[in-house]
Amino acid sequence: MNIAIALPLVAPLFGAALSMMVRRLAVQRVVSFLSLSVSLVASIIVLVEVVSEDSMVVSRLGAWPAQVAITLVADRLSAMMLLVSVTVLTIVLAFAIGQRASDERSPFYHPVYLVLAAGIGQAFLAGDLFNLFVAFELLLMASYVLLTLDGTDAQIRTGTTYVVLNVVESFVLLTAIGLIFAATGTVSMAELPARLAELPDEVRTGLNLLLLVAFGIKAAVFPLYFWLPDAYPTAPSSVTAVFAGLLTKVGVYAMLRTETLLFPGGQSTLLLVIAGFTMIVGVLGAISHAEMKRILSFHIVSQIGYMVLGIGIGGDAAIAATVFYLMHHIPVKTSLFLVEGIVERETGTSAFDAVGGMARRSGFLAVLFLIPALSLAGLPPFSGFLAKYALVRAGFDDGQYVIVGVAIAGSLLTLISMTKIWNGLFWGEVEPAVPDGHVGVLRHQRLMSVSTMAMVGCTLAIAALAGPLYSFCIGAAQQLGDPMQYVQAVLDA
Amino acid sequence: MSLSLVVLIGVLFGVGTYLLLHRTLTRIVLGVGMLGNGVNVLIIATGARQGEAPIIGREGQVTDPVPQALVLTAIVIGFALTAFLLALAWRNWTIDGNDAVEDDVEDRRLARAELDADHHRDVRHHEDVES
Repeated sequence: MNIAIALPLVAPLFGAALSMMVRRLAVQRVVSFLSLSVSLVASIIVLVEVVSEDSMVVSRLGAWPAQVAITLVADRLSAMMLLVSVTVLTIVLAFAIGQRASDERSPFYHPVYLVLAAGIGQAFLAGDLFNLFVAFELLLMASYVLLTLDGTDAQIRTGTTYVVLNVVESFVLLTAIGLIFAATGTVSMAELPARLAELPDEVRTGLNLLLLVAFGIKAAVFPLYFWLPDAYPTAPSSVTAVFAGLLTKVGVYAMLRTETLLFPGGQSTLLLVIAGFTMIVGVLGAISHAEMKRILSFHIVSQIGYMVLGIGIGGDAAIAATVFYLMHHIPVKTSLFLVEGIVERETGTSAFDAVGGMARRSGFLAVLFLIPALSLAGLPPFSGFLAKYALVRAGFDDGQYVIVGVAIAGSLLTLISMTKIWNGLFWGEVEPAVPDGHVGVLRHQRLMSVSTMAMVGCTLAIAALAGPLYSFCIGAAQQLGDPMQYVQAVLDA
Repeated sequence: MSLSLVVLIGVLFGVGTYLLLHRTLTRIVLGVGMLGNGVNVLIIATGARQGEAPIIGREGQVTDPVPQALVLTAIVIGFALTAFLLALAWRNWTIDGNDAVEDDVEDRRLARAELDADHHRDVRHHEDVES
């Protein structure tokens, strides 16, 4: 049994239990950092092992035989997602502590945050569908608590919608898993590809669609996205940053797994249509709003469309582009929300009619916004350009001209809405008025700014190291394109 | 798998969906309970072949323990979810004294702006006709 692969799941859970017992804020913070650091080191070890041996890391908890054991599997995709998400979780934790918001001081914040980390880690490593379901429940339960931690009117209102919707999603997923078990007699992702292939086409399509609906709600694709722009803006910025960066991406990850491993090439046309609508509807929603948090929330929806587009096109090039898009998108989206958090911490809101002139107050903050914003819109030389370029090129090579056109139009609209944020918050007169000598923003918010800088630094690093990272992504796509590798790695372990 | 179980699953799914579509939170909680039980019965009914309890040493055909383990987990999760939903409903009730799921404030603002625009247009139209 490989210890390193179990740690991203076990360390945060252990930390959560510990910090639930101590209840002292200072100790809780240390415990959180320690457990996330252990996860971080473990996920680096797993990634190095996966890359250096060009194989998969497989571990059966408790060393039970393959048919009954809880299996953890890390291929290139899982290992990368794991590393990216643990990094984001650690940086955002520092930000939340620096933000000094009321929620971080609640005795439940740190334990729940760690449970969220465990759930996300487990979702990426799960080697069977039911384990994936449990991971979803773990991270959803934590997200319910984080979203409603303050218990204010707005949070309860949006929290209720969010919880009910995700409960329905869980039931759809559970039904799908139950039916898959009934049809094939297994839930192990290593045994499913062969057994699903034996099923009649209609049954396969039905099961595939059922899974896609469940993961589609999670990933917030058109037409199942409406809960997201409503729920996310009411949470504190640090919480929204993690949700925006990671939760929907867990859904995309699950879709990617389903469409490559379980039902290869099953629903590509459907996915392309969904991707087109998601890109455009999301970005139009973003343009129509006048508050940074809401605009960014709609952008999450729009950006999911690009990832689904890659899954829909299929083939190694497009899947590699999707994997690269996922890797670039998580830190970019998170850093935008962190910048929003700094603005909100300074002024109490991020609505355009109440705030202005942030660039005059802190040019550096403006730069911190500009880098991820331009990256999200897909301008060179940032990581977003490379991700979109790879995607567009894969689309052209496959002859999907219409949907590629839609994707480029979506990028343009993204740029327009980013300009809107720039004009609303960063340009113009300083608003609300501040006394002289209090102009600087970043100087007296040190921890928040350092963690935001670290996050933006990650996005720049992805752009700078794009060459090696992209060849890593091609390797990941080749692994995904050949389900037999996964099957053999798990069954032989 | 017996017909009565199929009917039961159908009824639970139907009633659960119906209750979920209400705006009253308590009904939604009941709907979640119904739907959850529907899914659990579905897994047991479709996944397990009939037989003895799966205990080591039993003779004859034993039932498949995997769906039961799955459902056991699902029941625990469902219990936690229901408890959390009830807590939310209670909190909602203490804040504004009602039990309804409310609209998104932003949606309502946008809708009102649209209504106002329509209203203005109508008024202007009437004035044009009269003059």
